[in-house]
Parts: sequence; structure tokens; C-alpha cells
Amino acid sequence: MTENIVVTSGKGGVGKTTTSASLAVGLAKRGKKVAVIDFDVGLRNLDLIMGCERRVVYDFVNVIHNECTLKQALIKDKRHENLYVLAASQTRDKDALTQDGVQRVLEELAADDFDYVVCDSPAGIEKGAFLAMYFADRAIVVVNPEVSSVRDSDRILGLLASKTRRAENGGGKVQEHLLLTRYNPARVASGDMLSIADVEEILGIKVVGVIPESEGVLAASNSGVPVILDETSTAGQAYDDAVARLLGDERALRFTDVQKKGFFQRVFGS
Amino acid sequence: MGIFDFLRKGPQGTASTAKNRLIILVQEERDRSGRGMPDYLPLLRRELLEVIRKFVNVDADAVDVKTHKDGDHDVLELSIALPDKPVAAAGRA
Repeated sequence: MTENIVVTSGKGGVGKTTTSASLAVGLAKRGKKVAVIDFDVGLRNLDLIMGCERRVVYDFVNVIHNECTLKQALIKDKRHENLYVLAASQTRDKDALTQDGVQRVLEELAADDFDYVVCDSPAGIEKGAFLAMYFADRAIVVVNPEVSSVRDSDRILGLLASKTRRAENGGGKVQEHLLLTRYNPARVASGDMLSIADVEEILGIKVVGVIPESEGVLAASNSGVPVILDETSTAGQAYDDAVARLLGDERALRFTDVQKKGFFQRVFGS
Repeated sequence: MGIFDFLRKGPQGTASTAKNRLIILVQEERDRSGRGMPDYLPLLRRELLEVIRKFVNVDADAVDVKTHKDGDHDVLELSIALPDKPVAAAGRA
């Protein structure tokens, strides 16, 4: 049984692609057969974050337009043999995706015994974002503790409840998960940033993970290695926890409190 | 917090302002989009529209279906806007 997971947010720049990459790797690390698809036609970036940008020959749009087979377009990950990337087209526009085409690709992946298909949604609520979420069984809504991101997430939660195949055909609700990223515990403690509890209260949904703001995320994208593989970074560890929770493990939140400061920092401030 | 922090910051952070603004905004936007309403409402609305169209030609947005709370119970509110001059629908003498 293949599960389609959409990673979405409404707002751009909150960490959808970073999350898609780490989620896909985290699932693959646990032995699952995973495909991760970039729906951001015209502005592809998942290939860069996954570190396979030089190996893109065919893309998602080529498959949809029958210009190649799905097998030809799937890029096998270098580190995990059960992980595949389907890049977005860089030269076409978002109308190159069709609902029938997306459905056909997802059905083909299901027939090929994939356990999970991670759909990396573009920002906004237009065609690409709509198609990324339409066939979802689960949704990861990525949100930053910031007003515009929280508002857009609520809009996306509304769309998930109405504009998806499950909503239309009554196949049960899309399972929604909230992932809070770029969380800065020090700023929360000083009252300058919305807390986990604030965001949960506003949106009425619990977080499945909290990714702290971390230098590791930029370092990971610089080097094309998903941050979940950087076991020294707090963000990488937090992503690993989040993937474990998605698979049903109970794990306490980490890196959500201010770290204890040394004597000089306490006296003179940071 | 260092002993000099009071020089840098006002007494209260801005997160509570953000939270209060968002709670109001999100609630308003949810009400407007009809979220949290029973699942059958869109279908009910469509079928009502079909029935009404057997008798009167009305626009697709002529039927408005809402629920709201009145004390302990939910109230289903139907509002149907009829055209100025009633026109019999085709196929019905």
C-alpha cells in the first residue's frame, strides 16, 4: 500500500523542500521504498537539496507528456538504493502538470511497490500546489513561528479538508501534521517569537515535530546532503525525531528550550 | 538574561501581539470559508439547487447553507435568493 505524503505550507521559504528531502531520506533510512517528487515546475530545487542536480536527464513533466518512461526519469539516490528523486522541469511552466498525468505517475509508483511518495509542493495555492496535495493521504504542513506563515498554513489546512481527492470522494480525511520549523527557543523565551503552544492553539492542531533554527540547514543545502544525514546538527536530529513520530514512535520534543548559558553569558547577556 | 538586557528591550515581547492578531484573523477566515461545518453541507447545497431549479431559474450561488450555534443546539440556516421576475424553468409547464 503506497502512501502519498504532501509537504506543503502556502507561504514560500519556510522549509518545504528541506523538509521533503529530509523526510524522504528519513523514510528510506528505515528501509522504506520512497520516491520524492518536485512539483515546483519552473523553479526546481529539490534536485539541489538532494545533491543530484547533475544527474537530471528527464523530469516529471517529460513523464507526464510521455516523452520518457517513469523509470528513465527517476533518479536513484547515491546513498540509499531504495530512494528515488523525480525532478521538476526547469523550463516549462506550471500548466505543464495535469491532474490525469499526476494520477498516472502516482499509480505507476504504487504499482511498483513504493511505500511512500513524498510530494514537495510549490508555494502558493495555484495549480502546482493544488496537484501536489490533491492525491495526498497525509499532509505535512510546514509552518514558521511567524504571522504570515501561520495564516497561510491555516488556509492550506482548509484546502486539505476540501480540495483533495479524499475530501471529494469521502475516502476519509487527509491526515494532517504540523511541522514547526526555524524555531528559536531563545526568542520564544524572551517573548519575541510565537511558541509551540501558541501555534498549536491558533491552528488547533498538534505539532509532529519542531525543527530548531540551525546553521546545519544552510550547510546541508550548500553541500547537497539532506540535513537529516547531519547527525551533529540539531535540525538533523529533530527531523529524525519527526520521521520516527510520523511512523508511530513516541519521542519527546528536543531542542525546544533555551540551552543553559555559561556564567559570563548569564551576567552580560548573549 | 543578562543584567544589561533591560537596556535593549521593552518590557514585553511582540509574540503575544502576534498571537492575539492571529487568533482573531484565523477565526474570521475560517468562518468566511465555512470551515468546521458538517461535511454534507456542500452536497446538500448542490442537491437543493437542483430541486429549486426544477421550479425556478436561479443562479448557482442563489442557495446559501449555513450552520450556527444557538445556545445548546446547531441551527441549519437556508437562504435562497429568488430572481426578481420568476422565470419558469425549462421542461416544466
